[in-house]
Amino acid sequence: MEFLLSALRWIADPANWDPSATTPLPIQARLLEHLRYTAVSMVIAAAIALPLGCWIGHTGRARQLVIGFTGAMRALPTLGLLFFLLMVFGYWLSYDTAPIVGATIAFVVLAVPSILAGAYAGIESVDRTTVDAARATGMTEWQVLWRVEVPLGLPLVLGGLRSATLQVVSTVTIASYAGLGGLGRIITSGIGLNDYDLILGGALLVTALALLLDGLFALAQRLTRTPGVTDRRPAAARRPRRSPRPHASKSA
Amino acid sequence: MIEFESVSKRFDDGTMAVEDFSLVLPSRQTTVFVGSSGCGKTTLLRMVNRMVEPTSGRVLIDGEDVAGRDKVQLRRSIGYVLQAAGLLPHRKVVDNVATVPVLTGTAKAKAREAAYELLDTVGLDRALGKRYPAQLSGGQQQRVGVARALASDPNILLMDEPFGAVDPLVRADLQVELRRLQQDLGKTVVFVTHDIDEAFLLADQVVILKKGGVVAQAGSPAEILAAPADDFVASFVGADRGKRTLHLRDGDGGGKGRTIVVDGDGRPIGVLADGPADGAR
Repeated sequence: MEFLLSALRWIADPANWDPSATTPLPIQARLLEHLRYTAVSMVIAAAIALPLGCWIGHTGRARQLVIGFTGAMRALPTLGLLFFLLMVFGYWLSYDTAPIVGATIAFVVLAVPSILAGAYAGIESVDRTTVDAARATGMTEWQVLWRVEVPLGLPLVLGGLRSATLQVVSTVTIASYAGLGGLGRIITSGIGLNDYDLILGGALLVTALALLLDGLFALAQRLTRTPGVTDRRPAAARRPRRSPRPHASKSA
Repeated sequence: MIEFESVSKRFDDGTMAVEDFSLVLPSRQTTVFVGSSGCGKTTLLRMVNRMVEPTSGRVLIDGEDVAGRDKVQLRRSIGYVLQAAGLLPHRKVVDNVATVPVLTGTAKAKAREAAYELLDTVGLDRALGKRYPAQLSGGQQQRVGVARALASDPNILLMDEPFGAVDPLVRADLQVELRRLQQDLGKTVVFVTHDIDEAFLLADQVVILKKGGVVAQAGSPAEILAAPADDFVASFVGADRGKRTLHLRDGDGGGKGRTIVVDGDGRPIGVLADGPADGAR
């Protein structure tokens, strides 16, 4: 308990947020780096996995192949992959660029399977009758995807992005092994210095960041909740202002 | 006019859904495909808007092969009503009705205005337009489905067991409504059902199908009842069970009562009226 309080005091100490503090401080600099690595990896992973997942979900093609492949990707230990990529890129690239390229690829590999699974499961979850009807009324395949499948499958698509973000934001901690920044720097230097405030403080910061991002995704999922789909109460139960329960009309 | 020219369809798994089917569906009339499940009636229907492509043969609309038309344009020009209504659950009723006009570039406000008018046409309260499909009853959803199919003012209306999933009372309502609509609008309707009563009620031309899309008999309800082509047809329309074999019997009351009509089992169906029937059919 004393450890924890001490670590919290360390986080709260303004001196550790002072821009002129020595490395691995100040905290906000590491925090921003951490967020930047996470964001860049997620954007790249989403750019790969979302279109691919939509294509698989929409056409039903290559499903087994991609599922098997991404399953294997999931089994890769990110730390091992990171060291392997550092070796490979250390040979090809300059000393400055190899770590960031290697680390980003490792995080992308980590994020892709979750996003992909969410995307194709989301698209596939849309009732086939609805899709058939949309096509029969004269929607092009793009319109079927964008106007029917994506809006209706969005909760699962966002769910995939959410879990991938959670995995990446916690795993970005190991970027410090590649000589990069991020909150992992605070932890590794804490290990080196045998300073438990740094170790636990860094870990708490990573946890807080992960919870914050997860909360933001939860909020996004709430906001993008598809009207008419989530609320399946019968028509009689939802006439506004007639419900005996005051909170019931909020969701209408 | 829709023409099927020796159309066949073999599905990927090898089943022959339809074999060498030829038929002419006259314009502005209702043709009903009727048969038990697996007779290929839905497959035939879906060939008209290219939701199913025939393996061989041609489907022509007003003399033009549908295979030469752009799928999307073709489908937008044909109204389609499905059994499950198939409404978009995330769009309000009025936007569901306005789907096709919006796709073809009509301004949203204008398309909505027209959609509200269509709700009147199919007998729905305009207030329902702001609801989501899940908030409507099955019968109301079907009416929305019909309104959506009519939104592009198509010449052809395809209806795939549209009233199969609603309860009998509502179904009777919808059938009457469809007949009224058809009298007003004069569309070429292709209707699929497994219910022979529904077929006789709605059809100008009834097409009774056997397995594999084989036409057992095609003709007006009167022709089919008057002269069933074979035992299959007779049994399908119920002529052999006495359900449609009606007799006259003098009512009770010492000759003062009206003449009643009874079925083959002697159960009263109705009374005999004077003079010919009012209806066109």
